[in-house]
Amino acid sequence: MSVLHIVNKSPFERNSLDACLRLAQADSAILLIEDGIYAAQQGTAVSDRVAAAMAKYQIYALSPDLQARGISEDRLIDGIKTVDYDGFVQLACDFDKSQSWL
Amino acid sequence: MKFAILVNEGPYTHEAADSAYQFTAAALGAGHEIVRVFFYHDGVNNGTRLSVPPQDDRNISQRWSELGAEHDLELIVCVAAAQRRGLLDADEAKRAGKDSDNIAEGFQISGLGQLIDAGIQADRLLVFGD
Repeated sequence: MSVLHIVNKSPFERNSLDACLRLAQADSAILLIEDGIYAAQQGTAVSDRVAAAMAKYQIYALSPDLQARGISEDRLIDGIKTVDYDGFVQLACDFDKSQSWL
Repeated sequence: MKFAILVNEGPYTHEAADSAYQFTAAALGAGHEIVRVFFYHDGVNNGTRLSVPPQDDRNISQRWSELGAEHDLELIVCVAAAQRRGLLDADEAKRAGKDSDNIAEGFQISGLGQLIDAGIQADRLLVFGD
């Protein structure tokens, strides 16, 4: 069963991304929204962990939330895809369930 | 596809109340059905009609009311969470002996069973919170 994992908190504030990465199964994807998008940046304390996780999962970041925080797509870790809200809705359709890591 | 939406965060807190609205609007725009939007915990505060945000800011509760009217949405507020936080409709206000109600247009007060039912009816349940 495929799961879309949604992480909405900064990895520098909460450990929800780590909890997600520890438990998500291989056929999952991870969508970073709200402050969760800070995990998508290159050159941070968590970027090696996020890059390593991409061997296992596709990671997405919500583009309106990147723009709201002034983070341009060229500052993202290679391989992270961006989606808008229409793309978010499509991901929610494509995966069997969603899990919000609150 | 049928979606149910759970909103656990109040308005103007972080961003979950906005994300929930934007997701719901995008899903409706793509032709999907929203079975129900359920407001729980501090999320019930999205259903007050007495909020007066600055004119150049979004009006979160009014925005839900408008989307609800346009798409005939069920906007359900958890009764126990609402009573604790002072969100009342006319019946609840009368029962509790309060001088006013404050629920926004299109919102209804109901029980947690409506969340379970939404989870059963919908193909996907999306949770937005803090």
